[in-house]
Amino acid sequence: MSSENMTLKLKIWRQKDSFEAGKMVDYTITGVSPDMSFLEMIDVLNDDLIRKGDDPVAFDHDCREGICGMCSMFINGEAHGPNRGVTTCQLHMRSFNDGDTIYIEPWRSQGFPVIKDLMVDRGAFDRIIQAGGFISVNTSGRTLDANAIPIAKEDADTAFDAATCIGCGACVATCPNSSAMLFVGAKVSQFALLPQGHPERKERVVNMVKQMDEEGFGNCSNIGACEVQCPKNISIEVIARMNREYFGALVKPEN
Amino acid sequence: MKLDARIPEGPLDQKWTRYKNSVRLVNPANKRNIDVIIVGTGLAGASAAASLAEMGYRVKAFCFQDSPRRAHSIAAQGGINAAKNYMNDGDSVYRLFYDTIKGGDYRSREANVHRLAEVSTNIIDQCVAQGVPFARDYGGLLDNRSFGGTQVSRTFYAKGQTGQQLLLGAYSAMSRQIGKGNVKLYNRHEMLDLVIVNGKARGIIARNLVTGELERHSAHAVVLCTGGYGNVFFLSTNAMGSNVTAGWRAHRRGAFFANPCFTQIHPTCIPVSGDHQSKLTLMSESLRNDGRIWVPKFKEDAEAIRAKKLKPTDLPEDRRDYYLERRYPAFGNLVPRDVASRAAKERCDAGFGVNATGEAVYLDFSAAIMRYGRTEATVRGIHNASEDQIRELGEKLVEAKYGNLFQMYEQIVAENPYKTPMMIYPAVHYTMGGIWVDYELMTTIPGCYACGEANFSDHGANRLGASALMQGLADGYFVLPYTIGNYLADEIRTGAISTDTPEFAQAETAVRQRLEALLSANGSNPVDYYHRKLGKIMWDKCGMGRNAEGLKQAIQEIKALRAEFDKGIKVPGSMKGMNPELEKAARVQDFLELGELMCIDALTREESCGGHFREEFQTEDGEALRMDDTYNFVSSWKFTGDASNPALHKEALIYENIKVSQRSYK
Amino acid sequence: MATPLFKSSIVKKLWMALTGLFLILFLVVHAGINAMIFFNDEGATFNQWAHFMGTNVLIRTAEIGLFIGFIVHIVDGLMLYFQNRKARPVRYARENAGVSSKWYSRSMALLGTLILLFLVLHMAHFWVKTRVTELSVDQKAVLIDGHLYENLYAEMDMVFQSPLVVVIYVLGCLALLYHLLHGFRSAFQTLGIGQHKYTGAIAVAGDAFSVIICALFASMPVAMYFDLIK
Repeated sequence: MSSENMTLKLKIWRQKDSFEAGKMVDYTITGVSPDMSFLEMIDVLNDDLIRKGDDPVAFDHDCREGICGMCSMFINGEAHGPNRGVTTCQLHMRSFNDGDTIYIEPWRSQGFPVIKDLMVDRGAFDRIIQAGGFISVNTSGRTLDANAIPIAKEDADTAFDAATCIGCGACVATCPNSSAMLFVGAKVSQFALLPQGHPERKERVVNMVKQMDEEGFGNCSNIGACEVQCPKNISIEVIARMNREYFGALVKPEN
Repeated sequence: MKLDARIPEGPLDQKWTRYKNSVRLVNPANKRNIDVIIVGTGLAGASAAASLAEMGYRVKAFCFQDSPRRAHSIAAQGGINAAKNYMNDGDSVYRLFYDTIKGGDYRSREANVHRLAEVSTNIIDQCVAQGVPFARDYGGLLDNRSFGGTQVSRTFYAKGQTGQQLLLGAYSAMSRQIGKGNVKLYNRHEMLDLVIVNGKARGIIARNLVTGELERHSAHAVVLCTGGYGNVFFLSTNAMGSNVTAGWRAHRRGAFFANPCFTQIHPTCIPVSGDHQSKLTLMSESLRNDGRIWVPKFKEDAEAIRAKKLKPTDLPEDRRDYYLERRYPAFGNLVPRDVASRAAKERCDAGFGVNATGEAVYLDFSAAIMRYGRTEATVRGIHNASEDQIRELGEKLVEAKYGNLFQMYEQIVAENPYKTPMMIYPAVHYTMGGIWVDYELMTTIPGCYACGEANFSDHGANRLGASALMQGLADGYFVLPYTIGNYLADEIRTGAISTDTPEFAQAETAVRQRLEALLSANGSNPVDYYHRKLGKIMWDKCGMGRNAEGLKQAIQEIKALRAEFDKGIKVPGSMKGMNPELEKAARVQDFLELGELMCIDALTREESCGGHFREEFQTEDGEALRMDDTYNFVSSWKFTGDASNPALHKEALIYENIKVSQRSYK
Repeated sequence: MATPLFKSSIVKKLWMALTGLFLILFLVVHAGINAMIFFNDEGATFNQWAHFMGTNVLIRTAEIGLFIGFIVHIVDGLMLYFQNRKARPVRYARENAGVSSKWYSRSMALLGTLILLFLVLHMAHFWVKTRVTELSVDQKAVLIDGHLYENLYAEMDMVFQSPLVVVIYVLGCLALLYHLLHGFRSAFQTLGIGQHKYTGAIAVAGDAFSVIICALFASMPVAMYFDLIK
């Protein structure tokens, strides 16, 4: 059980910018309340660093309610820390004990270069979506009526489950191979399960996988760590579905 | 300057059609020579960028986050309204229009709201075509649910993540255009000034947040889709980065700011747990369907609970005060957001609040659990079920309805809401006010537009649930793409706009000087120190209840805080490279000016309406008292060069189609 | 859409899965024939089957395929390993990988290398002698039902008299066990047969298969060493 007023030892990755090498730096923080969120604990540390004239720790964060996908810390060897189904911003200090040492590192992947300290560049994910993560329909509003094509509830629900991906990159960070297949598989699955996505399903999967490979991520070897540490509990079923879609496109490239 | 909303002539339901039929067009060849800057990539920004790029304009999109998909539209939970009438419950464009005007407490523009209701149906068609996985029923058709302030089911949803799914739809439409080269994306870029050349918006000064460089970007039109300003309160349900800077800088360059005091305070949020709190988390409004709100009836009990000497579950019924049921027997726990929020504040101010800070009330599900449990026991044919059995059955049903919300609550508060009542307190959620725009969504600066929450146009003094998503997408997909052409039709001969002009140089220098001043103040307090102070002033004096005396004090306090900020701020690092503290400092500097304008606006508006409750203007029963004869107008503020002396311009609101009446929930 | 055979990450893992399944099929045949030693007929049935496998044209042709399968599996596997190492140029200071995945899933390259080393020894013990050189035992052939057969059974019996060899073989089987525990279900996941309705069955079948095959293989040197079969 965590006490009301904890003292913690932090080991944080500090790196000035993408050009200079970084290193782990030790900090001690006192007066940590178990009700604080993990990011609020870093806020307190930064407040202290600024007052002392030091450079505060740079980290990505925005909504602080687990949906924007911006926060991205590798805490004690796990993406988003020890709890399951939550992002870093939803982790609270009551998950730690007085006197603990906490390692805090950025996502590590060739595809996610460090910008500063704990901030990484996840532009690769955007480029993968730009390569094909969409349905090519113009925004005229003059499409079919929304109810013109019924979609089986089960398919709609499965598509939704895949669509809950927040693009945080925890899958890449936690994968021993640094593979991005859970992210790509989730988007491919969402559109493969909906009739609206069918007309361009083949180009889509081929183009997205091609872009993924060009971004420097590793290859998937079905280790399965990604689905365990995904804050939205996306299953590696989406990777199996992406593989099927891909083979389909290889065997018969035309739609 | 006389404000002209440029509302088209003709009957209400034909204005938009007539407008579209007669508006000027830009031919495709000419569109290729026209640049449009879009700032912000939320629902409004991403949908506008995608639409304008498809039409052929060259679009530059800016967001301060690492990716356009992070915009805070993503956090919207409940749903999106549309007058589809799929449920066959009598819904229509007119009803959606009427509900929105009435919900806004008769302080919005009829023509804009009617147009919003008209295009609402297109949004759903569009999103389904884009692959947005809305909830469906077993027949495979779209499901709807009902929301506050209406009598029909017109809310489309994707579990509790509707905003996320809609934003990702708009993001993918925009990504498609980025992939084609029609949109150039500038992520991790923040707009710090608007550049005006010969009276027209011609570009922006943006800071590349990675390199720290200031960049000049030119365009034939600038569209601000930069969201709301709720973070002026420091604690709100907004994202940490949500800010008013783009809008405020445009305001300082001549864009009027309308109804800044209209803020929506949501009644069911998780209360503040301590001084370290950085933001607040919303618990969906739907919980009020089954939860009963109460505080202890006697102060000694409240004190004992605060000291943790007494548990709420140990307090007998006759020592509890179900104050909403007591005050509003007809609507009970389901009164509108503004009413529920004010009532909670009233009880806590009187000393009946329950958590350590004294700022929380209970939202209790035990009655619902037992009620559901008894029904379930009957359904299963268990006639002599024990209390425990009934409770267990009931908890299962409540879990099926609200499981994810209960889990989220437990994650944050570390208490089991099935066993002990939830604690909730109101929090700032949405801002109805914003940059003034005309019917075409153009601000008072020619060529500068504002869409989504950034503008003031559609929600009056109070927004209905599930209408924010509707407005953001309506503006971006279906309104702006038509209206902007009317302006750009004159720009086809302008040619590329150079950034190598005195106007750009002057703006860039001003930004540089401002940032350098922040860096060189070399005081002793980090930015958050001042932001928290500002937030407290705003919350205490320009929050749920406002009065002339408090507002006057707030104005003085904010002025003093601004002076203190300029000298006492400590921003580490330099202009070069990534410097999040510098970003925050510039944003808080703008909040410090906006806060004062909000108080001035609240002081000027001597009536109570929607989210604006002036304590001097209430009925004998403590309800909001609107002054339709004197205050039926939009307060639109012009920046005069001195933040403390803005000039008020009034846009009269004319209701030709709706009869203005007083709301009652007794 | 010309996708070079080894360029796409999904094609790379497809090769791993296909060759892996092919090798699994080989293991079944191999284990099945070797298990003939348990007939306790002094290796008569076993030697007859070994003769068939060594002389049948179809089988010998398939053997070439087997070699190619091995080489593709090894080369592709090593390529994946080195590419994946490169994909994380800076390692984590602290990794707690054990909570989200199995050690053997993360160690397929290591396990594969161990198996390869074992395979070199194993081939030197038997394959080289039957196909290239000749058996080491004195009685190189044995008469069964009037036909003369190569006495592979005796060769096995001789090799497995060394306790060191038996231990190495058992360890080799252990490496194979863990390689299969991941490899079997992984192959199905790669082929896209990874939906909830199948995963449970595939996992159970894979685990059972891995344990049975490896226990069967390991039991052979052990049984021979302790003279449990005649």
